[in-house]
Amino acid sequence: MTSRTLKVAQWVAASATLALSLVPVGASAAGKYGPGASDTEIKLGQTMPYSGPASAYGTIGKVQTAYFKMVNDQGGVNGRKINLISVDDGYSPPKTVEQVRKLVEQDEVLALFNTLGTAPNSAIHKYVNSKRVPHLLLSTGATKWGDPKNYPWTIGFNLSYQAEGMIYAKWLLKNKPDAKIAVLYQNDDYGKDLLKGVKDGLAAKGAKMIIAEATYEVSDPTVDSQILTLKNSGADTFINIATPKFSAQAIRKAYDSGWKPLHIVNNVGASIGSVLTPVGLDKSVGLMTLQYYKDPNDTQWKDDPAMLEWRAFMGRYYREGDPKDASNMYGYLAAQTMVQILKQCGNDLTRENVMRQAASLKNFKLPLLLPGMTVNTSATDFFLMEQGQLAKFTGTQWQGFGDVLGAND
Amino acid sequence: MDLLIHQVLSGLATGGIYASVALALVMIYQATHEVNFAQGEMAMFATYLAWTLLQAGLPYWVAFFITVIVAFVGGVVIERVIIRPVENAPILAVVTVFIGLLVIFNSVAGWIFSYTIKPFPSPFPEQPLFGNAYLSSHELGSMGITLVLLLMLFVFFRFTPLGLAMRAAAQNPVSSRLVGVRVGWMLALGWGLAAAIGAIAGMMIAPVVFLEPNMMGGVLLYAFAGALLGGIDSPGGAVVGGFLVGILENIVGAYLGTELKFTVALVLIVTVLVIRPSGLFGKIHVSRV
Amino acid sequence: MTNKPALSRNQVIGIAVLLVAACVLPFFIANYRVFQLTLALAYAIAILGLNMLIGFNGQISLGHGAFYAIGAYTAAILMDKANMPYWLTIPIAGIVCLAAGFLFGLPALRLEGLYLAIATLALGIAMPQILKHKAFEHWTGGSQGLVIIKPEAPEWLKISQDQWLYFFTLAWTVLLFFIAWNLLRGRVGRAMVAIRDQPVAAQAMGVNTSIYKALTFGVSALYTGMAGALGAIAVQFVAPDSFTLFLSFSLFIGVVIGGLASISGAIYGALFIQFIPNIADEISKAAPWAIYGVFLIVFMYVMPTGVAGFIRMLRVRLLRGRVSQ
Repeated sequence: MTSRTLKVAQWVAASATLALSLVPVGASAAGKYGPGASDTEIKLGQTMPYSGPASAYGTIGKVQTAYFKMVNDQGGVNGRKINLISVDDGYSPPKTVEQVRKLVEQDEVLALFNTLGTAPNSAIHKYVNSKRVPHLLLSTGATKWGDPKNYPWTIGFNLSYQAEGMIYAKWLLKNKPDAKIAVLYQNDDYGKDLLKGVKDGLAAKGAKMIIAEATYEVSDPTVDSQILTLKNSGADTFINIATPKFSAQAIRKAYDSGWKPLHIVNNVGASIGSVLTPVGLDKSVGLMTLQYYKDPNDTQWKDDPAMLEWRAFMGRYYREGDPKDASNMYGYLAAQTMVQILKQCGNDLTRENVMRQAASLKNFKLPLLLPGMTVNTSATDFFLMEQGQLAKFTGTQWQGFGDVLGAND
Repeated sequence: MDLLIHQVLSGLATGGIYASVALALVMIYQATHEVNFAQGEMAMFATYLAWTLLQAGLPYWVAFFITVIVAFVGGVVIERVIIRPVENAPILAVVTVFIGLLVIFNSVAGWIFSYTIKPFPSPFPEQPLFGNAYLSSHELGSMGITLVLLLMLFVFFRFTPLGLAMRAAAQNPVSSRLVGVRVGWMLALGWGLAAAIGAIAGMMIAPVVFLEPNMMGGVLLYAFAGALLGGIDSPGGAVVGGFLVGILENIVGAYLGTELKFTVALVLIVTVLVIRPSGLFGKIHVSRV
Repeated sequence: MTNKPALSRNQVIGIAVLLVAACVLPFFIANYRVFQLTLALAYAIAILGLNMLIGFNGQISLGHGAFYAIGAYTAAILMDKANMPYWLTIPIAGIVCLAAGFLFGLPALRLEGLYLAIATLALGIAMPQILKHKAFEHWTGGSQGLVIIKPEAPEWLKISQDQWLYFFTLAWTVLLFFIAWNLLRGRVGRAMVAIRDQPVAAQAMGVNTSIYKALTFGVSALYTGMAGALGAIAVQFVAPDSFTLFLSFSLFIGVVIGGLASISGAIYGALFIQFIPNIADEISKAAPWAIYGVFLIVFMYVMPTGVAGFIRMLRVRLLRGRVSQ
C-alpha cells in the first residue's frame, strides 16, 4: 500500500469512528426505542380470562391476536410486526399481578393493551404506574381509569358504566319523569358502577323513582326469582344491568310472566347475536339500550363497507370465532385503536411517546362506531369512548333514535 | 300473598332442576359410595352433544335418546378406564381425579363450543298448561320427568336383582365378590346410569338457563345441598331436598334480599344437618365398635 | 412415653442444604421469580395448615380458601384503616383465624366425611359473597377490594423489596413448619392421628375428641390465615375475586399432591399449584386447564400417596436394596 492510500484509509477509519460515536445509544438506524420495540417488532402484553368464571370474554384476546396477524400480513405498522403476548389470568387478581410482572420484567413489553377486568386491573394499577409502563385501553368500563393526574400511565377504553347509567337516567327524567323503576344488577363492581351512574343521573329530583332493586351472583343458575320480585313491585320501567346469559334470562322471564315494562337493557347485555337471538327476537321487541358501535346482526348494516370488511376478516383470520358475538367486535375496535396509536408513534417507540400518542387522539374515526362518533383524548381527558346513541329494538334491528349523546349532555 | 305463591312455585321449578341433578349424585353415591364432583360438567358435555345432533338436523327425541345412550356408554368407559386405576387409592386421591375430570370437561367444552350462550329447545309446548301464569309447560314437564326417573330408580334398586347387586357391591365389595357379584362392572354400571341421568337433567336444564360451559356450576352446588338436606343415600330424600332448596332459595331471596341468598340458605342447611346429620330422610348409620 | 425419634442425620443435612439454597436463590434470579417463590411459600404454609386437618386429623375441608381470605383481609384492613405495620398484622391475622376456625369447627363436629366436605365447600363459596356485602363495604372495599402498600426493606440491607418480602415470608415459613413438626410428633399429633384412624377407641382411651377436633380446625385455620396475610402483602391487593372456590380447590389439590399427613409434602404441593398452571399454559393455549386436569389424573395414578409418599416409598426401596446386598 502506498503511503497515500494508507493516509486515505486512516482518514476513512477516523471519520467512520467519529460518525458512529455520534449515533445516540439505544437507537438504531431507523428510530428511538424503548423496551419491547425494535426495527422489526413491537411487543405488547395482555392478560385475559381464558379460564374461570369470565372465560366468555377470552374470545377478545383471540380476536385481537387474529387482527394483529392480519395487520402484520399487510406489512405491519410502519414496517414493524406487532407481537401480542396474551396470557391467562383466570380473572384472579393475584394471577394478574404475577403475569403482568412477567410481561413487564421478563418479556419487557413496550406496553400493556386491553387487560381485562376491574379487579385484575386494580391489582396492577399502582405497579404499572410506578414502573412507567403504558397501561392502555383497559377492557373495563369502570370510571376510575381516566385519572391522568394520579395515574398518568393508565388510559381506559370502554364507554364508562357510570356514563351509560347517567344517559339512561337523564333520558328517563326528560321523557318519563313519573316512571317507577325496578333494577336488576350483577352484584359486583360492574353492576354497582352502572347503578351508581343511574342514581347520580337521577340525582335528588329522581331519587324516589327507583322502587325496587335486586341483585344476582354470577354463580346463580337463574334470575327468575329476582324478576318475579321486581315484577311484583309494580314498576313500569325496568333497568336490566346484566351480562349476556342473565340478561337473556331476564328478558325471557319478564316476557313469559306477562310483565311488560319499558325495558332498558345495558349495552353489555344487548347484543342481537349473544342475547336477543337465544331469547327469541319476537320476545325482544321494544327493548331499549345505549349503543356505541354497530351491532353485527343488525340488518341495517348489512351492506355497510366496514361491516363487510369485518366479516371478511373474521372469515379469514378467526374462523372459530363467532362474528355475531359483540365481544369480538369490541376486541376488534380496541385493536384498531391500538394500531392507530402505534401508527402515530412513527419511529419514536419509547414508552413515553406511546403514552403521549395515546393521549393525542384527535377526531379518530373508527368505521364500526355509529355514524357521527369520533374518538378524542387529550392530556386532561383520558376517556376514549364518551358517546352513545339510544336505540329501540324493532324485532330485526336496533333502531337508533335521537342524537348521539355524551355523558355530560 | 300472590308473590309468595309465585315464588314458591317458581322455587319448585328451579328446585326441579336441582332435584334431577341430585338424583344423579345419589345414583353414583349408591353405586360407588363416592360423590362425583364432575357430574355437572359431564351433564353439560352430554347436553352439548345433544345440541350438536340437533344442529345436524335430527328430530328432538332421536337426539335425546342417542345422547342418553352415548352418556351411559361414556360413563361406563370413564369408570373402567379412568377411575379403575385409582380404585384402591386413598379416597382423597379419587376426589382429586374427579376434580381433574371436572376441569377437563369444562375446559374442552369451552374450547370446542365456545362460550357464547346457545338456546336449547324444549320438547314441551310453549303454552303453559291450562294457561296458568305460574309454571310453564316445560317446568311442569321436567318436574314430571324427574319424578318418573325417581320412580324408575326406586323400583330398580328395590325390586330388581341387578339393583340389589349394585347396592351390595357399594356397601360391601368384599362380601359381594364372595357371592359372585362382579363388583367392577357394578361400579361401571353405576357410573353409566348416573351419567345418563345427568344427561337428561342437563337437557331439561338448558332450555331454562341457556346452554354454556359454565351452566352447571351453580346448579351442582345447590344440587349437593339438596342431596345432603334430604339424605345422600335416599333417592326420594334427595329429590325432596332439591325441591326444598329451590323454594328456600327463592323465599330467602325475595324476603331477605338477594345479596346473601346463598349464605343464608347454607346456614339453614347446616343447621338442619347439625340436628339430623344424615339428612331429613337419610338412614342413620350405626357403626359397631 | 417418648416422642417420635428426631430427624435422622441425613434428614438434618438435607434440610440444612435446602435452607441455604433458599437463602441464596433470590440473589440469582429475576425479581418477579422471587415474587412467585414468595407466593409459593405462602401456599406452603396454607397447605401445611390444611394437611393438619385433612391428613393428620381426617376432617375434610373443601373451603379453606375462606380462611386464607379472612387472613388476607385482616392484614389488609389493619394496614389500610389502622395504619398498622405489616409485620404485626401476620400474628393478628393468625389469631383471628384461630377463632374463626374454632367457631366453625364446633358445629362441624356433628358432620362427617361427605357432609363436612360439602359444608366447607359452601363456606368457601359464601366467603367472597360475604366480603362483597354492603354491610362490610366500608371495611373491605366491597368488590373493588383494597390496595396494600408494599413494605420497604430496611435501609441497612441493600436488597430489593421483593427479596425482603421473600425473606420475611421465608422466616415465617421456617418458624411455622418447625412448630408444626414439634406439635405433630408429640402427644397432640398422636391424639389427632388416633382420632382420624380410630375415633371410638381414642375416646375410650380418654382423648377428648370434640376439643381436639375443634382445636385442629382452629390451628389449621390459623396457619392458612397467616399464609393469606403473607400472600396478600406480597400481591399488594385483596379483592373478593382473589379468593374464589378455585383457591379452596387448589389448596386441597396441594395437600393431596404433596402427600397426606406429610409436612414436607406441603412444599411439593405448593410448588405444584404455583407452577404447574403456568406450565400447562405453555403446553396448550387452547385448553390449558384440560392439560392441568390431565396432570392431576396422571399424578394420582403414579403417586396416589402424593409426592412425599412416593419419595418415602423410594427411600424404603433403596434401603431395602442396600440391606440385601
